Amino acid sequence: MNIKALLQDVRASLAVIFLLSIVLCGVYPLAVWGIGQLVFPRQANGSLLRLNGQVVGSSLIAQNFTGQRYFHPRPSAAGDYGYDAAGSNASNLGPLSRKLYNQVKNRVAAYRAENELSPSQKVPADAVTASGSGLDPDISLENARLQAARVARARNMSPEQIQKFIARFTTGPQLGFLGKLRVNVLRLNLALDQSGKS
Amino acid sequence: MHAMGWVQLAVFTLVLLAITKPIGLYLLRVLDPEGHTYLDPVLKPVERLAYALIGSERIKEQDWKGYAASALVLSLLGAVFTYVLLRLQQFLPLNPQHFGALSPDLSFNTASSFTTNTNWQNYGGESTMSYLSQMLALTFHNFISAAMGISIAAALVRGIARQKTKLLGNFWVDLTRVCLYLLLPICVVLALFLVSQGVIQNFSHYKTAHIVEPYTASKTGALAQKRIRTQSIAMGPVASQEAIKELGTNGGGFMNANSAHPYENPTPLSNFIEMLALCAIGSGLTYWLGRIVGNQRHGWSIWSAMLILFLAGTMACWWAESRGNPRLTSLGVSSYQGNMEGKEARFGVFDSALFATITTDTSCGAVNSMHDSYLPLGGLVPLFNMHMGCVVFGGVGSGLYGILIFVILAIFLAGLMIGRTPEYLGKKLESYDIMTAVLAILFPSVVLLGLTALASVSQWGLAALGNSGPHGLSEILYAFTSTVNNNGSAFAGLNGNSAPYNTALGLAMLVGRYFIIIPVLALAGNLAQKKAVPVSSGSMPVAGGTFILLVIGTVLIVGALTFFPVVSLGPVVEHFLMVNSTRLF
Repeated sequence: MNIKALLQDVRASLAVIFLLSIVLCGVYPLAVWGIGQLVFPRQANGSLLRLNGQVVGSSLIAQNFTGQRYFHPRPSAAGDYGYDAAGSNASNLGPLSRKLYNQVKNRVAAYRAENELSPSQKVPADAVTASGSGLDPDISLENARLQAARVARARNMSPEQIQKFIARFTTGPQLGFLGKLRVNVLRLNLALDQSGKS
Repeated sequence: MHAMGWVQLAVFTLVLLAITKPIGLYLLRVLDPEGHTYLDPVLKPVERLAYALIGSERIKEQDWKGYAASALVLSLLGAVFTYVLLRLQQFLPLNPQHFGALSPDLSFNTASSFTTNTNWQNYGGESTMSYLSQMLALTFHNFISAAMGISIAAALVRGIARQKTKLLGNFWVDLTRVCLYLLLPICVVLALFLVSQGVIQNFSHYKTAHIVEPYTASKTGALAQKRIRTQSIAMGPVASQEAIKELGTNGGGFMNANSAHPYENPTPLSNFIEMLALCAIGSGLTYWLGRIVGNQRHGWSIWSAMLILFLAGTMACWWAESRGNPRLTSLGVSSYQGNMEGKEARFGVFDSALFATITTDTSCGAVNSMHDSYLPLGGLVPLFNMHMGCVVFGGVGSGLYGILIFVILAIFLAGLMIGRTPEYLGKKLESYDIMTAVLAILFPSVVLLGLTALASVSQWGLAALGNSGPHGLSEILYAFTSTVNNNGSAFAGLNGNSAPYNTALGLAMLVGRYFIIIPVLALAGNLAQKKAVPVSSGSMPVAGGTFILLVIGTVLIVGALTFFPVVSLGPVVEHFLMVNSTRLF
């Protein structure tokens, strides 16, 4: 290793940092941005949902619902108050964590109480566990079905009507074999609100 | 363990098999300085400009020391580049959320992390990094570290294939060609596909949503309540970074939740394609290896050994996670969905277990579920995969040179057993070769275990824990395993953003990268000088069932034996406590 070779490597490094930064960190993301905005503008901008021109959320991002009239999303560990879409996070509690045990215990009790389920009713795991992102927009179909009676009562709708709404916002496995059957909570709740107005 | 999971596993394996040869053939063109590709009309002028800037005297073939020096100088200057950008973040543009500068130790950790292809993150992306930091300070290394890994692997394979020469190719040419002809075009297609699925790509400030049902909430453990009417939704140029994050086996998430975040991985299809991107180049490199050394069965045999380890890991992880957490089922939680804490509803247990296996088989480290909340044996699989050295398809390039080290060791061991001089593809393996191979395995392992031990008995080490009991040890072990093996996934309950952890983990990443790269290049240089002797009936076969078993055995024994004691104090003891007691921690 001599000084001349070292200087040549330094020059080459600077050249690579300069030129490849422009191509890979400038031209490339801008090209994806340009084409994305042109071809898939809704997705590229966050799949936002608007009501009367105002952004009310994103179909991909969970927001909290607590009232009787709404389906409730999965628990969230994102941010201090949960559902922080600028601070995604999970609980990261281990399987034998006392904190996790107590959290789930309280959630099971609350879920059974608000949905008027029998104490022996098994509770779907997704309803009482925090998701990986804290922003999981979906719940399982069994979770939605167990909440359906409560929402029907609160809205003076028949359980059959609610089931139809659930079916509308249920997504099956993609291409027939990828992923899980699931229900998008925000879109379902928005549709229920809309139906009440008409 | 349901039918749909088996179908997806079968389809995934078949698609991976189908793309291996085409990628290998394409690599043949990319890694040949004279090779032509369909992209020449667009990219050749850029390549020529790069060589003009680099300097014509610097693009000649190099010996191993020259190759290594070029890689080290670029790494050092690239790390400084990132460090400076992060320290000056508040003064730089494209920072709509006005994030401040990162602390010196966090900047060091992050620069070390991205330079070494680890992408360990002691920060939450959407609450720390400006768009410029993401695009330039971090994504730059996503490309360069990936290309560097592939270049080093190419140099090693050339060393194996060539005779009586010191020359291994030119680092700058390999790096430039891999970036331009391999990574960039695939990333453009991949990023646009991801946008179509819902991954965002914009430069907007964070959006404020006026939520449908305002509610009152209190912080955990606090009495003060807060009325919540709006939700701030993070934005940014995610798709372009997501594509190279997977393809280059980097793994650093734009968002804190990484590929569990719906804006990084919105659908099961995006999940499938991301997993495929993780394995694609590592898989294709085995075919390329077969071509270069003139023994295609050797390439496929290594691929088969990888596939067996991949399938075994996936099934073990899937089985463990699909049974549900007995502590929670005792509370009345249905075990039907399996262990869902830290997992997304669209993925469920199978897609999560498959991703966790692949991300640690390769050195990616992106996660679509939180490994810290896995059941003990489910979390053991990613840990074990990393202990093997992330060589199952592996990090781009690093997987190939990693497994070739094991191959050389396996042939040496077999040679000892049958009392013959070990030879690999006609090259006699002598003490220098074995010394470099053992050095590349041993030194990082010593550092891994040493730092884990140090953190386990230090105030600073224990203060960061998110869980106690055996799971706490697992968190520390996972952190140093992940960083030494340049993986980057985490048992994320551990809060590593303190000066001691930032420093220790930052050093672990550097050791894990460069104390393997340098011995590997030394080995390549030595092998290249040897004259190949014709393969005879006395030579150890480097293809077929015996060879595959020998390689798997070597990987398992070196992985299992080195780390078995500490693993038994972490996940193994936790598993037995889970099934044989009702203890909580």
